[in-house]
Amino acid sequence: MDIRRPPPRSSSGGVEPRFRQVGFVTSAEPGPAAASPPASDGLSPVMIPPPLIHDHLPAPAPELESLMPSSPPPASSSRLDAGSDLGDDDDDVDVSWARPRPPPPALPEPNKRDLTETKSEGHPTSVPQKPKLSKAERRAIQEAQRAAKAAAKEAGSKSTAKASDVNTKISKQPKAGKAALKKDVTQVNPPAASDKKTDERLPDKDRKKDVPQPRMQFDDVHRVVKAKKRSVVNQSEARNRVELFRHLPQYAHGTQLPELESKFFQPDLMHPSVYKVGLQYLSDDISGGNARCIAMLLAFREAINDYSTPAEKILSRDLTAKISSYVSFLIECRPLSISMGNAIRFLKNRITKLPLALSESEAKASLQSDIDRFINEKIIVAGKVIVSHAVTKIRDDDVLLTYGSPSVVEMIFDHAHELGKKFRVVVVDSRPNLEGQGLLRRLVAKGISCTYTHINAVSYIMHEVTRVFLGASSVLSNGTVYSRVGTSSVAMVAHAFGVPVLMCCEAYKFHERVQLDSICFNELGDPDAISRVPGGESLSHLKNWAENENLHILNLKYDITPADYVSMLITDYGMLPPTSVPVIVREYRREHVWI
Amino acid sequence: MLVPLPLPPRKTLTPPRLLLAADPHPKSEPPPHLLGSPLRAPPCRTCSRSSATSSSSLSAVVRKVEGSHAVARQTAELLRSVVSQHRMGSSANQAAALADAVRAVGEQLIAANPIELAVGNIVRRVLHIIKEEDISATAVGIEGLSVTVDSDDEYDSEHDDRPSLSAAVLAAHARNALRAPSLQTLLEDIPVSPAISRTASSTGDSDGKSKSGDKSSTRKLKHDVIAAIGDLIDEIDSCYEPISEQAVELIHQNEVILTLGRSRTVKEFLYAAKEKKRSFRVFVAEGAPRYQGHVLAKELVEKGVQTTVITDSAVFAMISRVNMVIVGAHAVMANGGVIAPVGMNMVALAAQRHAVPFVVVAGSHKLCPLYPHNPEVLLNELKSPSDLLDFGDFSDCMHFSTQDGSPLLNVVNPTFDYVPPKLVSLFITDTGGHSPSYMYRLIAEYYSADDLVVRRKSTA
Repeated sequence: MDIRRPPPRSSSGGVEPRFRQVGFVTSAEPGPAAASPPASDGLSPVMIPPPLIHDHLPAPAPELESLMPSSPPPASSSRLDAGSDLGDDDDDVDVSWARPRPPPPALPEPNKRDLTETKSEGHPTSVPQKPKLSKAERRAIQEAQRAAKAAAKEAGSKSTAKASDVNTKISKQPKAGKAALKKDVTQVNPPAASDKKTDERLPDKDRKKDVPQPRMQFDDVHRVVKAKKRSVVNQSEARNRVELFRHLPQYAHGTQLPELESKFFQPDLMHPSVYKVGLQYLSDDISGGNARCIAMLLAFREAINDYSTPAEKILSRDLTAKISSYVSFLIECRPLSISMGNAIRFLKNRITKLPLALSESEAKASLQSDIDRFINEKIIVAGKVIVSHAVTKIRDDDVLLTYGSPSVVEMIFDHAHELGKKFRVVVVDSRPNLEGQGLLRRLVAKGISCTYTHINAVSYIMHEVTRVFLGASSVLSNGTVYSRVGTSSVAMVAHAFGVPVLMCCEAYKFHERVQLDSICFNELGDPDAISRVPGGESLSHLKNWAENENLHILNLKYDITPADYVSMLITDYGMLPPTSVPVIVREYRREHVWI
Repeated sequence: MLVPLPLPPRKTLTPPRLLLAADPHPKSEPPPHLLGSPLRAPPCRTCSRSSATSSSSLSAVVRKVEGSHAVARQTAELLRSVVSQHRMGSSANQAAALADAVRAVGEQLIAANPIELAVGNIVRRVLHIIKEEDISATAVGIEGLSVTVDSDDEYDSEHDDRPSLSAAVLAAHARNALRAPSLQTLLEDIPVSPAISRTASSTGDSDGKSKSGDKSSTRKLKHDVIAAIGDLIDEIDSCYEPISEQAVELIHQNEVILTLGRSRTVKEFLYAAKEKKRSFRVFVAEGAPRYQGHVLAKELVEKGVQTTVITDSAVFAMISRVNMVIVGAHAVMANGGVIAPVGMNMVALAAQRHAVPFVVVAGSHKLCPLYPHNPEVLLNELKSPSDLLDFGDFSDCMHFSTQDGSPLLNVVNPTFDYVPPKLVSLFITDTGGHSPSYMYRLIAEYYSADDLVVRRKSTA
């Protein structure tokens, strides 16, 4: 077994960030942990053989929960010792962790069991939880050994006796813990294992599993056929598809809307609120990353409100399946944005983490408040924080350029105007959506002086611009910005003219995926929107474009902006260079972004 | 339907000259809701002003003609008629008088639309032609004279200094043609024409025999100039052929080409490659706000070229899959910079970012001997905002203004973009492929240096 474990140096290197994260956890954890209700001791164990995965343990017993900070269990003190050999920067964390040194007296069996739970529950976010008990145990032993070694080395501050005491305790503990946990897992597993085994593993495995799942490739005939069978929307393929984008879904637009509308009142198809949002996506009534995400979450909230667990089913499992079916419906209406994907992950995570002891109404209430919290903290408050950061970058007599109609940037302009700053805005727009016109109208109505132009003229207008504010649909972990098509061109021209580009993006839109070009992943819009030209029939030369198989029309929705065009990223975590995105994703994703 | 407050094309950022140059004629039929609105009909200053002279109607035509090719052709035709209608008076220096007449018309034409550089190019070309024909006529005349002189003793005295003078003239012209204008050449210029006029006058005061010879030589000069202008028109008409002949050498099998907007030169270039059985794909950026790319796409598809229309905003996204960018130009400046339809600079920057060759195809009538200064502003033209905004929808926004009365809403709709020479990989002209750094030399072959500024000389 030792062979598989990484060599000590690298393992300690791998462990180090874990310990650093423990610091975050201690500060962040008490909230949710304290909120978690009594454990599920009363549940009768359903003896399903455990499929290796110990996913989410239910919240630990309350008395131990309260006990934990005051009297650390042996496991955590062992962690302390293990941590102490890692470096000074961890020491303060450790101290805060385990103020009372002496190990507690021998615990009764159930307590011990719960302790191991608390141990694994104590940092569910930093150290992805141990799915395999044997692994957890191995780890504990390993740590204990290391701790013993370190303690022996130090010998000054910490007495060897104590360390060895701890050591023996630990070496004993796992065995007991193992048995207990096994039992526990059997109780817990059914609901927990349903969705996200991938996220909760040992670091090395976890790292592998952290790689985002490959997306559906629409040039894979088998999978497309399979997906077709399940689909509700029944989209028909568009004609004359562009060769380069065969891997992306492209449907004939507008054909299926009437049919879907007629199905609206059919029972048990979809929850009506979800259905409505889906139709709104389909008809492009809702656009913009934040608006779509909020609409989806509110629809889910309503759906959860009306949800009742069918007999013989478990809430968390059934609800997850339900949400998944909603999501796949929404995907059929319009591919999800990355921010929506993140929000769904959050919601599913919350569902699977629901304590079993909760009654249905309590669980629903907790989920609804989670959704509200997500919308509020991650979208609304985050937007306000971004505005407060960005406003400091606007000076009098600035000429600010923006592209399209990013909601955050609009808020920034509004706020700066309210603060009495004197500036001028250049709104750059592009076909086919011409979202900039809406922004232009709103800004002018507020009394902000505006100049409107189209994207081709951006190098003409860039001479007079002092700052470029852009919105983003997502920021990927290689620093590239995934955003509305044309953003990259604007950023490129600004870069060429030496104008700073400030990208505004809420941190919940960050994603650990990487992308190098705008082709591998994108979204295709309605080609007919491009063939229609303003100014009457005489100008539309491409009316019957689909009749000629040599002619294709490509309506890309997004593109990526290379990181070097972005001078600064303004997020709710502050103002960063785009290279810091992976740091944010890694450090904050588990505990903060997912609350 | 009337829009209460017309949008000015631009607030304060452009020089007044440009505002004057803003196109008063909407190129396309305005949408019905705009008819009768005060926006589309600002007083046409160029038209009203130019009714003074006979060629004025033509200078107004210049404003209505679209595209540098048509403009060049019409200018050449106009100048040909100017030359043919020019009465060769008995004035001493026929060539100078002819050039003056051309210059006078040319000045007006250029003033009518200073942005359309092809007009100036053609005027300069015609001036160059007159000069060259004059030189060759003089040379021929000298030969003819030297033959007659043998039989006649009267001209002995002149026989000696004439060849030397005309040799000096020839040399001066040869020098001028190559040299850039400098203070010295300007000064050198002065003795040349008096010298010619002196020789002419010295012949003029002799008897009628030489006069009749002179008349035939002026008629011959005029005839030659008209023929040469005819050649120039032919050259303008057929400039696509030598350019498109080079297509096969530049487009390989399965190439992916990107272009923006519509250019006839590009179309012929791609047609030629297609006719040689090359198969390639073309991405056409539509070229807002006029969407000429749609027309090009339609034309290409008719010839069986695989064409994909993309929005202008998607250029950066697609350029990584493109092997070559081929675009047309509005004018090529002497420094190798390009005045091109708006949006081209963006394409050129994207191409540079992805190391995609940026090829400009342009006929020789687009080569302009001027060096640009601040071309984004000075060589640009702001079109009607109605291309971008629907005034019917935005009429509610037009009431707003700042305290000092300037409107809150400005719309910028430039026509051209300037692509600096460092972003251009190659020029394809009818004389072959050239790098941007060579353009100044190529241009020197078409124009004589003292015509760079087309202005009537206040001598006569």
